[in-house]
Amino acid sequence: MSILVIAEHDNAQLNGATLKTLAAAKQIGGDIHVLVAGEGCQAVADEVAKADGVSKVLLADNAAYGHFLAENLGQLVADLGKDYGHILAPATTTGKNFMPRVAALLDVAQISDIIAVESADTFKRPIYAGNAIATVQSEDAIKVITVRATAFDAVAAEGGNGSVETIDNVVNNDKAAFVGEELAQSERPDLTAARVVISGGRGMQNGENFHLLEKVADKLGAAVGASRAAVDAGFVPNDMQVGQTGKIVAPELYIAVGISGAIQHLAGMKDSKVIVAINKDEEAPIFQVADYGLVADLFDVLPELEQKL
Amino acid sequence: MKVLVAVKRVIDYNVKVRVKADQSDVDLANVKMALNPFCEIAVEEAVRLKEKGIAEEVVVVSIGPKAVQEQLRTALALGADRAIQVETDELPDSLAVAKLLKGVVEKEQPQLVILGKQAIDSDNNQTGQMLGALTGMPQGTFASKVDVADGSVNVTREVDGGLQTVKLQLPAIVTTDLRLNEPRYASLPNIMKAKKKPLDVTTPDELGVNVTRTVKLLKVEPPAERSAGIKVADVVELVEKLQNEAKVI
Repeated sequence: MSILVIAEHDNAQLNGATLKTLAAAKQIGGDIHVLVAGEGCQAVADEVAKADGVSKVLLADNAAYGHFLAENLGQLVADLGKDYGHILAPATTTGKNFMPRVAALLDVAQISDIIAVESADTFKRPIYAGNAIATVQSEDAIKVITVRATAFDAVAAEGGNGSVETIDNVVNNDKAAFVGEELAQSERPDLTAARVVISGGRGMQNGENFHLLEKVADKLGAAVGASRAAVDAGFVPNDMQVGQTGKIVAPELYIAVGISGAIQHLAGMKDSKVIVAINKDEEAPIFQVADYGLVADLFDVLPELEQKL
Repeated sequence: MKVLVAVKRVIDYNVKVRVKADQSDVDLANVKMALNPFCEIAVEEAVRLKEKGIAEEVVVVSIGPKAVQEQLRTALALGADRAIQVETDELPDSLAVAKLLKGVVEKEQPQLVILGKQAIDSDNNQTGQMLGALTGMPQGTFASKVDVADGSVNVTREVDGGLQTVKLQLPAIVTTDLRLNEPRYASLPNIMKAKKKPLDVTTPDELGVNVTRTVKLLKVEPPAERSAGIKVADVVELVEKLQNEAKVI
């Protein structure tokens, strides 16, 4: 049976999480098709057609899909997905939004956030904020799956030679409409794709002090994140949150500054390769997962770190 | 209008989870249980809609054994008017839960259904969206702001890139994110009053839903442990270690 992977993109560029989802699809094994649904997204279809392992790209280019509303996308994917054995999407906020609708319309369960493929019907996924790893086996004819991108290495973006086929299925549910969006503008790399992430917690004391982190981030080419405590306190916006309910990151280097290390935060970063913790409280739980801990006042450390790098 | 809120009984978020020695599941014996934090936010939002005069009645529903009545009473103490328990000793998956909730929706005809975006035990993040597909209702997931006006609801959603706002025709589904509101504490008089509020019990059979799971849990393991590393004395040593030992900068 073939596998249908739903591409994540912004109508102009493919999101890197898609290449990682393709890696999970390759491990399952089978002919891989990719759906690119959006508005004015031909370039994305051409881009993903070159990815390793993709045999065919289905392009659904229509204003109805421009904002990836779950009501439209869910129905489209369910209609197309009937003929596939697996339907995969990255576990981003877009994937999490429409995929359960796909599963329900196909009358099958969904397996969320897989971190490993054991076989075509058996997968591993974290539960209880990553404090336990479940191995689950699906008996459903169609497996609807979201993939935790950080757990898979991306397939090559070039070298493949998939065909692009335009499909004209249009689903336009008038019960839901896009009103607007406020997207963060940043020169820095995307949190989930960055090689280095530096995050601040409640210890930063206010939003202005995040400039201290940004200066270090600029030296390292790092993305800037935050703990839930810092977001809840209003220091920084929600899209910077790393944790169980925020973004899951697994960079080469994660620097936690003024973060105590609640379970919910660890769930979002403990698969990082190297973890550095800077906190003046030597009892902070973050030190239990840190490779390098520095017990010191962050307001002394950050300027010095910026200077030494 | 009527608001339906679905809630789940889960392990208290402060409890450290342990895996059973036989790897069959996590150990929930003698562990403190509570209302799922996202569900608490859902109840709070519904109660605020009632306090603003937008909602007339708030009905809470939970699925599970008799013990879930404890969480339903908590929701009643927070301000819900009436509770429904769908009694089952099975652990239905999200699709079965969505089918059960669809049965309740058909009976109750709410204009708005509010759920938590995910339960902190299974971390699935599925039920609200599945209920949307089964009932044909539009959905506003991961909500950080909910405005009801003139037969529709504007929902501001927390998405990876920032915030997105959608307009949904009622009846609609909302799933809550953390920053939608800060739930109140139940006062003692309200806890006492909650004991007298109506709580009806129904069953999956009465709702005509089969709760057999199609996904089997084969094994539950603890995650790979990270061991604590070393403490460095100062910034100079930290930079040196990152350059020469970890080789990440």
